[in-house]
Amino acid sequence: MDWTWFHKFGSPPHVYRLAGTLTPWFAWPAGLLIAAALYGGLVLAPPDYQQGDGFRIIYVHAPSAWVSTMVYAVMATSAAIGLIWRMKVAHAVAASCAGIGASFTAASLVTGMLWGEPMWGTWWVWDPRLVAQLVLLFLFVGYVGLRSAIDDLGRADRASAVLAIVGVVNLPIIRYSVEWWNSIHQAPSVMKMDRPSMPIDMLAPLLMMLLGFTLFFAAVLLVRLRAELLRRERAAAWVKEVVS
Amino acid sequence: MTPRQRRLALVAGILAGVSVAALLAMRAFQDNVMFFFDPSQVASGEAPVDKRFRLGGMVRPGTVQRTPGSLEMRFVVTDFKRDVPVRYEGVVPDLFRENQGVVAHGRLGRDGTFVADEILAKHDENYMPPEVAKAIKEKHGGVMPVNPDHKAVPRT
Amino acid sequence: MSDFFRMGGYAVYLWPAYALTFAVLAWNVLSARRALREAKAEARRRMGLRPEPRS
Repeated sequence: MDWTWFHKFGSPPHVYRLAGTLTPWFAWPAGLLIAAALYGGLVLAPPDYQQGDGFRIIYVHAPSAWVSTMVYAVMATSAAIGLIWRMKVAHAVAASCAGIGASFTAASLVTGMLWGEPMWGTWWVWDPRLVAQLVLLFLFVGYVGLRSAIDDLGRADRASAVLAIVGVVNLPIIRYSVEWWNSIHQAPSVMKMDRPSMPIDMLAPLLMMLLGFTLFFAAVLLVRLRAELLRRERAAAWVKEVVS
Repeated sequence: MTPRQRRLALVAGILAGVSVAALLAMRAFQDNVMFFFDPSQVASGEAPVDKRFRLGGMVRPGTVQRTPGSLEMRFVVTDFKRDVPVRYEGVVPDLFRENQGVVAHGRLGRDGTFVADEILAKHDENYMPPEVAKAIKEKHGGVMPVNPDHKAVPRT
Repeated sequence: MSDFFRMGGYAVYLWPAYALTFAVLAWNVLSARRALREAKAEARRRMGLRPEPRS
């Protein structure tokens, strides 16, 4: 098997240029999808028979929560690749993920509170699903803290990679907490094997929002990755080439 | 083993070790992780005695009684196998209604009545417009049918 | 139109949720672009190049 394509991803200048080229291809569809989903979710979708218009919080809550776990999966996978193959670019990807992940995790928690208060009757309860999502926030923040506490880049990469890999255990706990234990949080409506638990006019904006947020994450990650690569490779000849 | 394979084994080892540790911790803390107990668990004595806990299930249709002129109310929480009568005084959330998930916080009295001081509503993962819900209700004699194996009340 | 902003009485929960989420999206865009701009400026400084003219 020809592995040159894989080794190319180990080359910072190649990845830097590729990231620059790809960014608009993710950013524009993301913007269009989110704008269309916003209109679909707030205007076109019918109100829910029980929650009325309050249910529309799902269009920002569920995509934030979905992206938060996906960012973590990407972060931990690249950290593991960086650790095993000693690939600097993979460590750079992992380091670029943490801030994005923390922001979406915080968004999912706060929008969840704003949904829980009118519907469940409480802002916050120490429920397994809610606690697991809070742990995800601590993992992202801990990852950032650990990296900034270690001056040596190589050591920071390795130590933070181990933390990221250990935290992967939390992902299935978040996903299955509502099935393993009695939880106040309802089961997933979309991310399941069965058909979605809502009609198409409610579902379409949600799917567009999920895809839009995913592409948005990809675009932002690529920009952050370029910044990270420039910082790491500041002495390299290719950096001089791209900034002059 | 090459150094790379050794690092691969290390990563796999970390993952396996942490997973086993998490699994053991989850088994040990099973009861503490439970956000609520359902009526079957209460009937089989799994719920704590003389201690506050949360009771979760569905509000059995036709059992909600309000005392006129006060905030006191009584209703029955069911998991379609066992029932627990609940007494509560206070305001209930928007989504509290018959045939709807509910989580009551309080303690179990000697007479088997659960005295609650906090009521939370639990909704399921199904969303639909009012017209669709109305059509379904009409087809089922005026009440929303409850799918016994849906996850509104897990483990029942 | 005012019905739309009232959101069936859930306005006080719904609009803050949307505002916060879009603030998070905006922060992600701005912070990523700022990081790239600063990294470029830093690299230029280290190489003794003049700062890029503002375009």
